[in-house]
Amino acid sequence: MQPIRTIESRTVVIPVTNIDTDQIIPARFLTTTTREGLGKQAFADWRYDANGAVKSDFILNKPEVAGCGVLVAGRNFGCGSSREHAPWALLDFGFRAVISTEIADIFRSNSLKNGLLPIVVDDQTHQWLMNHPGANVKIDLETTTLALPTGATAKFPIEGFARVCLMNGVDELGFLLQQAPAIERYEAARTY
Amino acid sequence: MSAKTLFEKVWEQHQVVPESADTPAVLYIDLHLVHEVTSPQAFSVLRAQNLKVRRPDRVLATMDHSTPTDPDEVFGRVPIKVESAARQVKELEKNCREFGIELHGLDRDTRGIVHVIGPELGATQPGKTIVCGDSHTATHGAFGALAFGIGTTEVGHVLATQCLLQRRPKTLAIEVTGKLRPGVTAKDLILAIIGEIGVSGGTGYVIEYRGSAIEALSMEERMTVCNMSIEAGARAGMIAPDETTFAYLKGRRFAPQGKAWDEAVARWRELKTDPGAQFDRVVSIDASKLEPMISYGTHPGMVVPISGKVPEVANDPVHAKALNYMGLNGGEPMVGKPIQVVFIGSCTNGRLSDLELAAGVLKGRKVASGVRMLVVPGSQQVKREAERLGLDKIFTEAGAQWRESGCSMCIGMNGDTAARGEYAVSTSNRNFEGRQGAGARTLLASPATAAAAAIAGKIADPRAYLPN
Ligand code: SF4
Repeated sequence: MQPIRTIESRTVVIPVTNIDTDQIIPARFLTTTTREGLGKQAFADWRYDANGAVKSDFILNKPEVAGCGVLVAGRNFGCGSSREHAPWALLDFGFRAVISTEIADIFRSNSLKNGLLPIVVDDQTHQWLMNHPGANVKIDLETTTLALPTGATAKFPIEGFARVCLMNGVDELGFLLQQAPAIERYEAARTY
Repeated sequence: MSAKTLFEKVWEQHQVVPESADTPAVLYIDLHLVHEVTSPQAFSVLRAQNLKVRRPDRVLATMDHSTPTDPDEVFGRVPIKVESAARQVKELEKNCREFGIELHGLDRDTRGIVHVIGPELGATQPGKTIVCGDSHTATHGAFGALAFGIGTTEVGHVLATQCLLQRRPKTLAIEVTGKLRPGVTAKDLILAIIGEIGVSGGTGYVIEYRGSAIEALSMEERMTVCNMSIEAGARAGMIAPDETTFAYLKGRRFAPQGKAWDEAVARWRELKTDPGAQFDRVVSIDASKLEPMISYGTHPGMVVPISGKVPEVANDPVHAKALNYMGLNGGEPMVGKPIQVVFIGSCTNGRLSDLELAAGVLKGRKVASGVRMLVVPGSQQVKREAERLGLDKIFTEAGAQWRESGCSMCIGMNGDTAARGEYAVSTSNRNFEGRQGAGARTLLASPATAAAAAIAGKIADPRAYLPN
């Protein structure tokens, strides 16, 4: 994975709460056996109508979203199924961070493992972002702050180990594999 | 020693390395369940890094999500219609063969939905840590296991190391007192709980369901409750093991035998939350006040009692969007709304007692004309047991379709879907937009409510149809 320190980009706003992973990537696209190419199907049922025609009024179909790497969405983003295809699809679409006031547990964990930053901010910052689609924001993993174009900043929580892995482009699997001696001791000590 | 919750006991027994400020805990996983949809990319990582599966003896695989329920397709008499699903089946067969994993494959009589067969085989046991690349892994918590869903990257972690990096979650006690009234099921209870705490009310927590109403539930009912913990945002839901749990497990294939059984039961008895142990949050529910529940919107927190009306919420674009998708108006009663599809099945309500409940309602009656009803057993074993009791006859004579096991219309990956605009009363767990097919409108309910709707051709109160 590429190390991530800062992300600076314009935002796309989808002002909907409880966006579940079935919306992010509908189940009928999960019969794939690879991670690639899912961006085409991200939000498929919101982007295309029953006949496959592009719904031009949906934000992700508008020309101004080109190059926007930060998605701002309503509370409880990524709830529902554990499918990692959801962050894969968002990354493939071009997003590198998601901002909300609350992000579902499994989606957050899956995102961190793929270099999609799940950023939880306070209501006030969130409201500002919702009101200013297209704003140019800067996410700094070093200082765990989000900077708005107004100059205002907001701290965001991020699990410390995941943050270090992201900043150094390190894969958590490598760390776990290094725990082999401790795992062996644990297995040997278990009596059942 | 300080008083501990059930969760804390299981967590502490599985810490290979405790968490610190800098690193999450390394948590040992006792049982890893694998299915065809969320595993292929994890096996690819193992191959790319030349890694083995550390403990194939702690992994069980099955096929359920994208597999057909039509007998001809299942048993290879005709090709699987969804070609990409057929590829996933092949891929899992190959992965299990190469990495030495026990596979309950497509034509095996032990196959079924992953969360149905784990308990059925006795692999799900109190005190275990259990994971699966599937959010409804919470189901196994009904046995006092710490069970939660993981993503595909983590599936790879567990395959390679039998461990996961985890931060310790907070604890939420849901105390359910009183007694469920006749016609009110475990499904209605969990829908009411989700309605109460909200779809993100459990985020960051492990739930322990406790209290007299929980203790009174059968194992299958407890599984229905724990199953939908994720619909409240919680990765795991647990219930302390007791005599009901032990009686269910005794004699099953993976359950300990003889002296080992007695030792295991003695150990399992210790898993209760100690008196005085503290939870981070406590919610109380009175079961005796509940009615059969039904969802009206596009997430599982949007539920009302069956006798209720679609809520009217002014100036809420999200509520308006949900009602627009559902084709419902604020203020209209739920009962009487015409429906087109009924689905009985899934890891929430696809077990024998669920089918018995639905069959009890349907017996001697007919599915209304214009309604398509699909009954999909949760596993091949459930199917066999149901057939031994003659339930399949009750369903088919009523005009319902009786299928092979699988996730089927719960997720609609295998071609079992509801059509755009159709109302589907479903015993599954998610009513998200498009969950049961693009444009399909899901109404979540219990097997009794679903069967009553099938007969009436519209949403109906199941209590008018229950056998005495
Ligand atoms: S039945 Fe539905 S919820 Fe359960 S595992 Fe299958 S797809 Fe997931």
